[in-house]
Amino acid sequence: MTTLNVDYMLGLVPVLLKYLPLTLEMAAAGMVLALILACLLAVIRVLKTPVLNQFAIVFVSFFRGTPLLVQLFLFYYGLPQLFSALTAINGITATIMGLTLHFSAYMAESIRAAIVGVDRSQTEAALSIGMTNSQLMRRIVLPQATRVALPTLMNYFIDMIKATSLAFTLGVTELMGATQKEAAGSFLYFEAFLVAAIMYWIVVELLSWLQHHLEARLNRAYNR
Amino acid sequence: MIKLDSLRKQYGSTVVLNGMDLAIEQGEIVVIIGPSGTGKSTLLRCINFLEQPTSGHIAVGDLSVDVTRASKDDILALRRRTAFVFQNYALFSNKTALQNIAERWQIVDGWPKEKAHRKAMEILERIGLKDQAHAYPASMSGGQQQRVGIGRAMATGADVILFDEPTSSLDPEWVDEVLGLMKQLAAERQTMLVVTHEMTFARDVADRVIFIDGGRIVEQGPPKQIFQNPKDPRTRDFLQKILENNPGGG
Repeated sequence: MTTLNVDYMLGLVPVLLKYLPLTLEMAAAGMVLALILACLLAVIRVLKTPVLNQFAIVFVSFFRGTPLLVQLFLFYYGLPQLFSALTAINGITATIMGLTLHFSAYMAESIRAAIVGVDRSQTEAALSIGMTNSQLMRRIVLPQATRVALPTLMNYFIDMIKATSLAFTLGVTELMGATQKEAAGSFLYFEAFLVAAIMYWIVVELLSWLQHHLEARLNRAYNR
Repeated sequence: MIKLDSLRKQYGSTVVLNGMDLAIEQGEIVVIIGPSGTGKSTLLRCINFLEQPTSGHIAVGDLSVDVTRASKDDILALRRRTAFVFQNYALFSNKTALQNIAERWQIVDGWPKEKAHRKAMEILERIGLKDQAHAYPASMSGGQQQRVGIGRAMATGADVILFDEPTSSLDPEWVDEVLGLMKQLAAERQTMLVVTHEMTFARDVADRVIFIDGGRIVEQGPPKQIFQNPKDPRTRDFLQKILENNPGGG
């Protein structure tokens, strides 16, 4: 067994760090868009809006029921064949699109469950003091639903950061793609991917720390 | 003050309120008694449209509503003229005692936060919970939570407060402090419509006791008349049963 080439690994850190922002940008964009879409889907499901509700059910079923990688290939290679206007779609856009649709399906379900889980009598109490529907949503229901949904939403965000590595299969040079190229040049596969793995790990740990603090803040009202 | 005309509520073919007529004067304390499942809670919940009544008229103060033609604005206006105290307190669990009470002024009436909180402090003082101002419901006893529930209703400045079995979910040790606060409000001549099984409260505090069975008013009158000389056999039956089961309550 040969020893670990630590010098190579240390030298690789600044090289790979240059690609980390793209990874984080794709995840952040995917998260923001997925959250918006998920909230829309959740509200449609809670209100059971005719037609839209059926659409939401099929949407969630499809995007939860098929692999993300298949969806990415469908968007990147498949759609341009159908719609010539989409030939200009690049790997980054296709990745953000795939992450958004895929994860919004999961997130819609946890947001819906969190809204439904808010004690019904508190909604009645809000109505009884004369609040409008939007006031009671904003002041009473959503703050409590957020607290319930936060841990799962953060889990999806963490999952999404790691899922950006699939962009490499669409030819995007993000953290994973850059590592692949470096490793192919040096043949030091283990060292290269170990550095990449540690980088993902550190990012996720930072997020977990943030999640912990957010949860503690939101749980203040519930400590006996 | 409050006037109900032929108020009716049915779920499918089940009639819960069978044409209810009721008039309550300003400052009057009215207690509703009757067997479970006879529409007492439904009556209260129909007055502020937590349940949609099937037909009839509701008037509170200068507002009169035909329930079959009630618009969104009518319903909102009715809710802002009435206040509700829930059996399970239903405090906003993401808000402190102070915020629960201030919410009406701050959000519905649009007062500046400082003013709403200052006035809410005055309510907390009246309900004897100033020291719990910044406590969340989860850390309060049932009795304290229900007193905040009543404080929240007081803050609405509503023409009438509707009490839906306010002591039924309380441990016995907390019942007296809640009834005490309700007596205090009654002494201030706050108009109250109370559904309760606390017969002592009905006897000592009510101006009028109404016995409901089968979705209609069977008998009503001053507590003395209802408790000592009930005319209808159903009223006699009910009182006998409840006093047997709970002699202290009589």
